Amino acid sequence: MTLTMGHVLALSAILFCLGLYNVMTRRNAVGILMGVEIILNAAGINFVGFSYFQNNFLPGQIFTLFLIVLAAAEAAVALAIVVAIYKRSQTIDVEEATLLKG
Amino acid sequence: MSLFLFIPIALFMIVSTCVVSFSRNLIYSAFALLGTLFGSAVLYGMLSADFVAVAQLLIYVGGILILILFAVMLTTGIADIKITNKSVYGKWALPVFFLLLFGLLSLLVGVDWPVAKEVTAQSMVRPIGHALLKEYLLPFEVISILLLGALVGAVVIVRREVR
Repeated sequence: MTLTMGHVLALSAILFCLGLYNVMTRRNAVGILMGVEIILNAAGINFVGFSYFQNNFLPGQIFTLFLIVLAAAEAAVALAIVVAIYKRSQTIDVEEATLLKG
Repeated sequence: MSLFLFIPIALFMIVSTCVVSFSRNLIYSAFALLGTLFGSAVLYGMLSADFVAVAQLLIYVGGILILILFAVMLTTGIADIKITNKSVYGKWALPVFFLLLFGLLSLLVGVDWPVAKEVTAQSMVRPIGHALLKEYLLPFEVISILLLGALVGAVVIVRREVR
């Protein structure tokens, strides 16, 4: 039994759906951010898997590196916004953060 | 790579991601996220992406996860589950979850993916270093500017006083 591309893609699809479920159901902003990280991670697994099974490692792995760096930047800014919202209104429930609603 | 190595890792990742998504306690979710990220680092290593695996460990596990834990502990009362992790719209999200999962899995079972005949694993540190400073130099510089901007922006947002 050898590993095929279907296995890697199936794992990444399951992770993506779990992350999307997390994003859909959570009200806590940090919880939603965790879901986004899982989704980005699933995309990275897809990139590495495709490039591995094409025996052309470089493009997929470089894109995954950029993906990791982008996720880091996104997490830093998003968590800063979450902390700022919490300082202002003492809650990070996304349904109560209606400051920009007008 | 044999399937017997892949399946335990995949099961570990799926179980810890389920804990992230379905746990009622945000601290448990944050710690279970460690399992997901660490498992995918191991998977990268097995798929001949050694440099990406180490970067995943350093940035995701060492950086983002610590940041998320800090955010959890700075913002909410940890002990109070009602505050930390209310879960809503489950009865709408669950059908969407299963439909999407079924759709994606049936899609990828039916397709005959183009696969190279033979995969030769090799160390990727030197090729990635050369590629980043040759053909991928522009995205490399752009992303460094983006990181600088994100860093300054995060500090500015958090430090602003509430009037």
